Amino acid sequence: MGTGILVLVETDGGVPRKTATELIAKATALGLGPVSAAVIGPVDASSLGGVKVYQVESAQLAHYSTGATVKALQALVAAADPAVVLAPASLNSKDALPRLAVRLGAGLAVEVTDLRAEGGQLVGKRPIYAGKALVDVKVAGLGIFTVRPNSFPGGVAPAGSAQIVAVDAGITAADVDTELVEVLAPASKAVDLTEADRIVSGGRSLKSKESFDAVVRPLAAAAKATVGASRAAVDAGYAGHGDQVGQTGKVVNPSLYIALGISGAIQHLAGMRTSRVIVSVNKDPEAPIFQYTTYGIVGDLFEIAPLLQKELAAH
Amino acid sequence: MKVGVLLKQVPDTDTRIKINGAGNGIETGDIKWVINPYDEYALEEAIKLKQAKVATEVVIISLGGKGAEANIRDGLARGADRAVRVDDAGAAGTDAVGKARILAAAAAAEGVELILTGRQAIDSDQSAIGPMIAEVLGWRQATWVDKLSIEAGSFTADRAAGGGVRERIRGKLPAVITCDKGLNTPRYATLPNIMAAKKKPIVEKAVASLGVNLGAAVTTEGAYSLPPARPAGRIIGGDAATAVKELVRLLRDEAKVI
Ligand SMILES: Cc1cc2nc3c(=O)[nH]c(=O)nc-3n(C[C@H](O)[C@H](O)[C@H](O)COP(=O)(O)OP(=O)(O)OC[C@H]3O[C@@H](n4cnc5c(N)ncnc54)[C@H](O)[C@@H]3O)c2cc1C
Ligand SMILES: Nc1ncnc2c1ncn2[C@@H]1O[C@H](COP(=O)(O)O)[C@@H](O)[C@H]1O
Repeated sequence: MGTGILVLVETDGGVPRKTATELIAKATALGLGPVSAAVIGPVDASSLGGVKVYQVESAQLAHYSTGATVKALQALVAAADPAVVLAPASLNSKDALPRLAVRLGAGLAVEVTDLRAEGGQLVGKRPIYAGKALVDVKVAGLGIFTVRPNSFPGGVAPAGSAQIVAVDAGITAADVDTELVEVLAPASKAVDLTEADRIVSGGRSLKSKESFDAVVRPLAAAAKATVGASRAAVDAGYAGHGDQVGQTGKVVNPSLYIALGISGAIQHLAGMRTSRVIVSVNKDPEAPIFQYTTYGIVGDLFEIAPLLQKELAAH
Repeated sequence: MKVGVLLKQVPDTDTRIKINGAGNGIETGDIKWVINPYDEYALEEAIKLKQAKVATEVVIISLGGKGAEANIRDGLARGADRAVRVDDAGAAGTDAVGKARILAAAAAAEGVELILTGRQAIDSDQSAIGPMIAEVLGWRQATWVDKLSIEAGSFTADRAAGGGVRERIRGKLPAVITCDKGLNTPRYATLPNIMAAKKKPIVEKAVASLGVNLGAAVTTEGAYSLPPARPAGRIIGGDAATAVKELVRLLRDEAKVI
């Protein structure tokens, strides 16, 4: 096993996602040895600061496939030889990193929301039972830790400019183990719920898809937020199943979560209770959601939401 | 083609989790145990494949204690043909990779060509066992799938990809598919099927009989804790227009989130 921390950088059109600087800053603060970064595909590394950036480029990686990606990651880890790999807890991480852990004989701790150094070793804290409990996790030997987005917001990249190290992973067409048939149009251009910094969610009380679309979506647009929904709203067809927040939906971690007409069932709370600020609008002052609310308004969402939308748009 | 369905027993989603006295696990005394909700989608998909005559047999595979048999029996009543329960006493102290090796060996012993799992277990919340099994077996995979079709020797799957994108991929069997909400609507067992399922076999196996080399766990758990309580919030009073103005002011000046 090597030393230091290797941060896996995900990019969007060659630009590092914000998780990259969150993780590089956190890795540096941990003080567990040198921090480097790894990236697949082209990258504008100017935002990453003074770290070594190991990079694999191949035409076979232009689109994600499990086989080619795991092979690329294996080469990147071999080149950087770290003690710890830190990655964002993204969908691609969930697809590839369990395989990488098996292949490298490494340990895997997923979705950690906190990291600390203890006696020169990394300890992660991760939510289990959909956030109803937390557990500390340690790895003996090479450890792969995925970090839930927004766990370490802000953070300044180390001074200096990145140094790119090209790594040849020897990827061939045979490594692309699944064929992309088509990209199905994304439901919206908004940031994915799990990464979103702001979320506006609607519940059963929205009454129909039409009013969900007329009330929740414009408010979300005004708040520059991603749309979420309770399971009751999803099951009633007001929103897509990918929009469901909760224990059997997506677990989210935004800095602002606005719940419109959501009662706050335990399964819903499980998915959003770590949000930094929770705003809820509910006409029932006894609704359980108010126990978790930072700022609450008791009232009719059909009256409050348009006012809030206007106020935010003017903001 | 034989299809394996992985079925895990988890606490009902209504459960209030309490930490045990030793602080190294949860109190399990009053928990109601259910089939992991995502595994219900996996099971339903397998049963549909059997009804469409694509699958010849549906085998439930579960790593768990004797208590898991109630949920396995429920799975048989919904339409699986038989089940293998690997007794989890032999898995004590292993990590996720160890469990994946055990489940992979159990599935391989049944000669299945397709393994359907849940996208994640709602207790461990890892979303890892499926891909780990695929790696152990050297199979292809599709994760977080909400639409699936099986053609001669291959699968086509719609999956959630990074950045909010959804994509359709195709790959050769054998494969592991992890199932998400939206794939189907799980059925309940009917009374006649519950009766009939009493005769379906649940074979118990010991981990030692599967010939897996477990070694020491690489990933280990430490202390359990409850999430910190949220500071008491505040209800903003006044008429709607005033309350909304005050809310925006607080979001801006106090919470600094806008
Ligand atoms: C296995 C299982 C898994 C589950 N997983 C999830 C999950 O992942 N996510 C999830 O969300 N749920 C989940 N649930 C469902 C959960 O138990 C609740 O049923 C659901 O969250 C309720 O949704 P809701 O708050 O929209 O509806 P309700 O509970 O019906 O609440 C509606 C609320 O709206 C308020 N209201 C009504 N009209 C207005 C108005 N005009 N203005 C303001 N307020 C109004 C009411 O006072 C009420 O509080 C799960 C359940 C089970 C059994
Ligand atoms: N002990 C188990 N027995 C059977 N299947 C399991 C077990 N643990 C995990 N699985 C399967 O793996 C999936 C993902 O689990 P996890 O990676 O722990 O989130 C679950 O939805 C199950 O289908």
